[in-house]
Amino acid sequence: MSGSRRVLIIGGIALAVWGMGYGLWYAVFAEHQALDTIGASLATGFAAAAERDPAAMEASLDRYREAKYIYDRQVDAHGHWIGLAMLLIVLGIGFDRVHLAERSKLFLALALFAGAVTFPLGVLLQTFSHGPLPRAIAIAGSAFVIGALAGTALGVSRRSTALD
Amino acid sequence: MSARRLFVLGGIALILTGMIFGDIFAVFTLHQNAAQVGANLAAAAQAALAGNRGAVLANFQSVGSFLENRGTKVDTHVHMIDFGYLALLLALLQPWVALGESAKKKLAWVFLVGAWLLPVGVFLIHYVGLAYSPSKTIGWASIAADFGGLLVLVVTAVCLLGLWKHAQQRESTPVADGLLADRSSAGRILFVGGLALVLLGFLHGAYYAAADLYKHEARDYALLSQMSAGAAAGAKIVVDQALGEYGQLLGHKAVNIAAHAHSIEFGLLAILLAFFQPYVSLSEVWQRRWAAVLLFGSLLLPVCVFLEMRYGLVAGGIADFGGLLVIIALLAMWIGILRYTGVLDASSALGSISGAAE
Repeated sequence: MSGSRRVLIIGGIALAVWGMGYGLWYAVFAEHQALDTIGASLATGFAAAAERDPAAMEASLDRYREAKYIYDRQVDAHGHWIGLAMLLIVLGIGFDRVHLAERSKLFLALALFAGAVTFPLGVLLQTFSHGPLPRAIAIAGSAFVIGALAGTALGVSRRSTALD
Repeated sequence: MSARRLFVLGGIALILTGMIFGDIFAVFTLHQNAAQVGANLAAAAQAALAGNRGAVLANFQSVGSFLENRGTKVDTHVHMIDFGYLALLLALLQPWVALGESAKKKLAWVFLVGAWLLPVGVFLIHYVGLAYSPSKTIGWASIAADFGGLLVLVVTAVCLLGLWKHAQQRESTPVADGLLADRSSAGRILFVGGLALVLLGFLHGAYYAAADLYKHEARDYALLSQMSAGAAAGAKIVVDQALGEYGQLLGHKAVNIAAHAHSIEFGLLAILLAFFQPYVSLSEVWQRRWAAVLLFGSLLLPVCVFLEMRYGLVAGGIADFGGLLVIIALLAMWIGILRYTGVLDASSALGSISGAAE
């Protein structure tokens, strides 16, 4: 197995195991509690509105916003880690169809793997900090994935052109 | 039946079931459910306007129940299809998993049990609830689903160990695999088309995240705030306007996420199926036709889902048709693979009969 393939396949399966492990932990210990908080804070906010209590209403809606923000990102991180892991494995299996030098393929594989790890990580880090750093990590990760995918598509189309 | 064939047939069966379930859900449940959520949210806002706390809480309880119903059905659809993809991936990797065939077969069965248990468990969460549950937050259906997820996780981890073991001894045991060496035209169409779909989905996702995601999140909070503040102030017009805009916002979010996810998922499926074309026992012309149908449906569905906010049910109907095309093409390939495995079984049975006769 070539180095680029090994990075994609072994890295992809490791990332899938990590993403599933995270999802399992999340489903057992956090998801139901998060959904309860989202539902309860929204209901309490509207109940406070019915009682004409603007302070309680605002506090409840703030709780809703924070809980929803965290929930969305935790689910996104889980889904993107596993989705990207599968993409890495699939591309790893078919990487011999990419008609580029092994060094370029290794570079593409490393960029894909780095992007697949850091993009969801940046999304998840946004639950700890609303600052620019987690967003920058997520953007850099997605740029790595898109750039490497475009490079892979180019390599595959070169192969197709050669065959045609 | 070998572990690889178990993974392939079981994986495509999971994907097909997940897709058919998704299509039925989209046609008969999704829109009705969204309407119910909207109606209950509107009723909660009107109750707040009237100062009726009890009615507010009752309506939110209904919203929660409808959202749970919707969420568990989406999770069933997504997990069934994703586990199908994972099964196909593990099928492809079997020659590199350094374990005995008997152990691999057992792993394949355990994987398939877990891959069915999780989505079925998730589907039942809404109906079983917390009945007889030992926990205050998680019911038996959730526990069964989590156990299914654990089985899948363990099998995937063991396969990873097998791959690692193989990588350690790679010099002594080089593996040649006919499936991966195949370069049929149907396989090439699916691989290139699939890669294009994945790239399209990523570009759309990146654009949505950069242009709309944070705006939508801020708008979500602002509209809910406007609704409750309007209700507290007794301003019916403000509440009604916020309710209308909130419905539109949820629609925009849903179609963008669905278009992004489906484009990538169908792209992955096309790439995976590219590898299995040598197993599809159909003529080359029909292999190409089904590949083209699958790619056409895979493009039609996300594009029309994206256009649903502008063209309404017409676009929604065409999107459902796109999904149906993917299902039909996948079913045709599955039948082709069944024919192939049937020939293998028949020839091995004939071999054992002639061996016994000799």
